[in-house]
Parts: sequence; structure tokens; C-alpha cells
Amino acid sequence: MDELSKMVRDYVIKEYLEEGDEREVTETTPLISGGIVDSFSMVSLKRFLERKCSIKIPDADATPQAFDTVQSIVALVRRFQQVPVA
Amino acid sequence: MIDPPSYAELISGLNWSLSERELGYQSGESLNIGWMCSDRICRLGQAEKLALVWEDYLGNEKRFTFDDLRVLSNTIAAFLVGLDIKPGERVCIFLDRVPELYIGFLGILKTGAVAQPLFSAFGDESLFVRLADARTSAIITQKKHLHKVRKIRDELPELRHIIVVDARESPLQAREVSFQMEQAPRVEDFTVFPTTAESPSVLHYTSGTTGQPKGAQHVHYSIVSQYLTAKWVLDLRPDDIYWCNADPGWVTGTSYGIIGPWANGITQVVLDSGFNAERWYEFMEKRRVTVWYSAPTAIRLLMKEGNELARKHGLSNLRYLASVGEPLNAEAVIWSEEVFGKPFHDTFWQTETGCIVITNFPGMRIKPGSMGKPFPGITATVLDPKTYEPINQPGVAGLVALRPGWPSQFRSYWRNEAGFQTKFKNGWYLCGDRASIDADGYFWFMGRDDDVINTGGHLVGPFEIESALLEHPAVHESAAVAKPDPVNMEVVKAYVTLKRGYEPSLDLELEIMNRIRKRLSPLAMPQEIEFVDSLPKTRSGKIVRRILRCKEFHEPVGDLSTVMNE
Repeated sequence: MDELSKMVRDYVIKEYLEEGDEREVTETTPLISGGIVDSFSMVSLKRFLERKCSIKIPDADATPQAFDTVQSIVALVRRFQQVPVA
Repeated sequence: MIDPPSYAELISGLNWSLSERELGYQSGESLNIGWMCSDRICRLGQAEKLALVWEDYLGNEKRFTFDDLRVLSNTIAAFLVGLDIKPGERVCIFLDRVPELYIGFLGILKTGAVAQPLFSAFGDESLFVRLADARTSAIITQKKHLHKVRKIRDELPELRHIIVVDARESPLQAREVSFQMEQAPRVEDFTVFPTTAESPSVLHYTSGTTGQPKGAQHVHYSIVSQYLTAKWVLDLRPDDIYWCNADPGWVTGTSYGIIGPWANGITQVVLDSGFNAERWYEFMEKRRVTVWYSAPTAIRLLMKEGNELARKHGLSNLRYLASVGEPLNAEAVIWSEEVFGKPFHDTFWQTETGCIVITNFPGMRIKPGSMGKPFPGITATVLDPKTYEPINQPGVAGLVALRPGWPSQFRSYWRNEAGFQTKFKNGWYLCGDRASIDADGYFWFMGRDDDVINTGGHLVGPFEIESALLEHPAVHESAAVAKPDPVNMEVVKAYVTLKRGYEPSLDLELEIMNRIRKRLSPLAMPQEIEFVDSLPKTRSGKIVRRILRCKEFHEPVGDLSTVMNE
């Protein structure tokens, strides 16, 4: 797991995984459909990514599909890391 | 199959006694929702019919017949009685959408106790406020959420039992007890407590502008409304496979995710999963869903994922679509006609009404974007906000009001008679919404009449959010208001002034957002925080949320004569 994936995964575990939830979060664990992150909480996760990675993710791209796994989140971040922040 | 009657025919023929007759209920007899939804269906010869097909996000499946509902709800009821739970005591259900939630609901009602369902994403503060107010005696939860209960239980002396449905070998602490529904010895015969029509059944919490959330108290007679509206508005028929994707932590999930369909002997399917468009379509295809009761937020999220994804799946079984929670925009109705070949039928109601009251139902011409017309048996109007007299002119906005007396009307706010009385004016129940009625009698939603925020179909009270914001060491003052949102209709926005020594920053914003999410719920989390130097106040020092809300909606703020520092 690379640094970015690890950062996202650790943040999800710290902020969103219920204390009593014993699931292991991997790069492919469903986060939204698995009920770990919901569509409202996605906003704070998006804000975190924008802050930490110095990117701007347009609302249209911040879909539940795009946020459903650590892997898809990392792909989204990488896509916007190549786009200069306006 | 006979076509449903037209609106005019319904109007002329309906009174609630029709529902009583179909349910086999006679005035003055015992009436128990738990029994009605399980034992009664078995007695009608449908014991082996599937009642619930449950699936989790991984695709694991469980199936329950109506006889399973009967026996397993008996089993839960007997367990609760064994814990000395008495009729009238509140038993909270704090579970994800697992079978124990749906069946446990019936079990609680069979004991004569009051079911208090709460959204499992609530944080410990939201949970505490509602359990303390209800003086809840027991809570049924799962390991995943146990930590939230443990945080607050010492401040809840009346909470005698914490029932954990999936503890297995996990160590439990004081007041905690393990109960595994499917492993417990099955109880074939249980003497259902003889509740009557007016016995308390369900306590659902809802938010208002002022104060903490209020518990809307319902009674067993509510089934008379829920049965008939499920049948006629949702058009449920014996062979249907029904999916209501609302969480039973909210009223839709109990009135139409438990009582309505099961009182009609309908097979329902449940997906215990968060939102994922592909997964939802797969589920509907695999389960051959025929009737789907959803919400505008979910529909707009599906729209965002595109039409192709929907068309990839075989959804030809879908026969009837309905929506609830907030006004369904015309685009969503048109989209569903394009993609599914049929429109979503909007339904309007709320926690206090217990059943659908204004709606587009089968056979009615849909005007996209309209709320529809009053359900037969419901008298609805819009009132002049000054005189509380009905407005008879088409197109003029007023307060949505209902003539009290329908079966599922809430009977009180729990321990809050004063709050209850404020909801009635001039012989009308005020819904708290504004609308107009057109010349054809269709209602058109215009917005809330108070500061409550309708986000994703759920009402969030500003007071609860502001109280939680003030607990943050950096926050001096705060105001929570609605902000328009293309998916959720409204989201929470917080205006915050900071204490001396604190500076606005993105880190601080994120820290506050996450704090509110964990303490209250993701719904209550401000999606944006604006740090300001001061908040608009009246001369007496009261924060004027109206000005901030108008700013968000780009509406004129009106009279500012009482405002000090705008």
C-alpha cells in the first residue's frame, strides 16, 4: 500500500469506522455501500482530501461511486493532483 | 387484476371503517400492531409466504416467512418480558437494517411496550438526548454501536437493559445482555398484551425550531391508516415484492417499511447497505422488485450516475414507484419516466401524521413537481398565516394544515404538552410547511414555515446543532441554517464566531464538522462552516437565523427593524 492509500485508509479508520466495528479496512473494502462512510459524511472526507493533497474536487466528481473504496478515492485524488488548483 | 379506483370514486367511497373491516378490527376490541402484522397474516393462511428477504452489502441473505415473523417476534417478546419490561415502557431499537430490527419492532409491540426506533448513525449526544427524554428502559443494539451506549449509560439511570444482538463471545459489561434471535429457543405461543386502539405503540423523535427533539407519540390504532395508505397509495398487491429503502430509525421506515406492507401480507426486501447505484440496481433486478418506495435524495443520486447504468439492469418488474421525504422535483419525475418507463409518485407526510396525507396515487394524473391531493379521509388545506383561515384562492401560499382526527395522527409529544398544543390553531393541525393549492386541487410545496432544516428528507433542528457547536472550545456563537443543495434539497450550514485566540482555518472547519458528525449524526454535520465576526441579532440579543437563511437562498430578508447588527 502506497503512502497516499495508507493516509486515506488510516483517516477512514480513525474518523469513520465505528469503534465496535471489527471490519478490516483494505484498499477494496466498500466504504459507502458497506455503511462505513455515508453520503453526508463524504463531504468531510472530501474536505480532508482537498486540504491534505492541495486539490479541489468538483462536486460533480464527488459521487458515492468515486468514494466507495480507498482505491477509488486514491484514483480520484491522483486525477485531480494533475489539475492545478484554481 | 382490477384497476384501482379513480380519485373521485375514492373520495366518494372512503372512510376509515373500510380499513377496520379489512383488518378485522371492531371498535373496543384489543388491537396490537405486532399481532396484526404476523399472527393475523398466518391465520389468513399465509404463514408460509415470505415476509422478509434480507440482504447485506456483501450479498449474504436471510429469508423469513410470516410464520417466522410470528414465532421470532414471540421469542423477542418473551425475552423482554423475562427482563421485566412492562407495558408502556420504552424500548429503543438502535440497529442497522438487520432482521432483528424489523422483527424486534413487532416483538416489542406484542409486550405492550413502546417501540422507540432511533437512526443507528446517531452519535452519542443525539442518542443521549432522546433516551433521557423518553426515560427509556431498554435498548436493543449491536456490537458496532455499543460504544456509543457505553459512553452515556451512566447518565441514564432508567436504562436497565442493554440488549446486544450479535455479542456471541464478546465480553459484556454491567446492564448488558446478549440475545441472539435466531439461536434463541423459538417461542411458539406468546400471550400478546391486549393493547387497545389508544395504547401507545411507537415513539418517533422529530426536530423543531426550538429546543431539543420531541417524541411524537403514536398509538396502535395508527395501523388503520398505515394499512390502507400502503394498499392504495403504494398500490401494494398480494404478489408484489416491495422495497422501501428508508431506515426504520425514521417514521417512513416503520409506517411503510414494517407496518403498512406486513399488515397487507406483502413480501418485502431489505438491503442493509449504504448508497451505491450499481448495487441498488442489481438488488432490484435480483429481487425482482415490483414496488419501490424511495426518496428524492436517492433518486437524484441515481440520476447523477447516469441513465446507462439503470438501463444495464433488467428492471422490467418495477410496476410502481413512489417517493417521500421532501418535494420531488419535476426533473426527477420526468427522469424516472424516461429510465423506468413510469413516474415516481410523490407522497407528503411527516412523523406526526404517521401516514401519507397528501399524495399522487394510482389513477391520478401526475403534475410533475406537485405534492398531489389529500388522501381520501384526510381534510387538508392551506391557511392564512395571520388569521389561520383557509385560503380559497388558487395559487396563494399558506400554511399546510390538516383537520385533526385521522387514525394515525400523533397523540402527543412525549412529556411536552405545551409543544403539542402549539401545533394546533383554529381547529387545524399545522404541518409546519408552506404550500399553495392550484385550481385543480393539487398542492404545491413552497418550503418550511420555520427554521427546521430538511436535509435528504430528514428534519434537523438548528438548536441541537448550535448546542453541539457551542461545546467546541473555539466556538463563541453559532447559527445553523439551511443551505440549498442540488441532491439533498437542503444541507446544514453553520455560521460561527470564534473565541478570542482562535483563527479561522480549514483544519478548524474540518475538526468542527467531524465533531458534530460524531456527536450528533452525519445529517446534522454542517456541510459548510462560515466564520464571521458577528451574527445578526435582535435588540434583545436573539440570533436571527432568518437573515442568514435568506442570504443562502438569495431571498429578500424582509423587515429588519428589530435587528441590531445586520
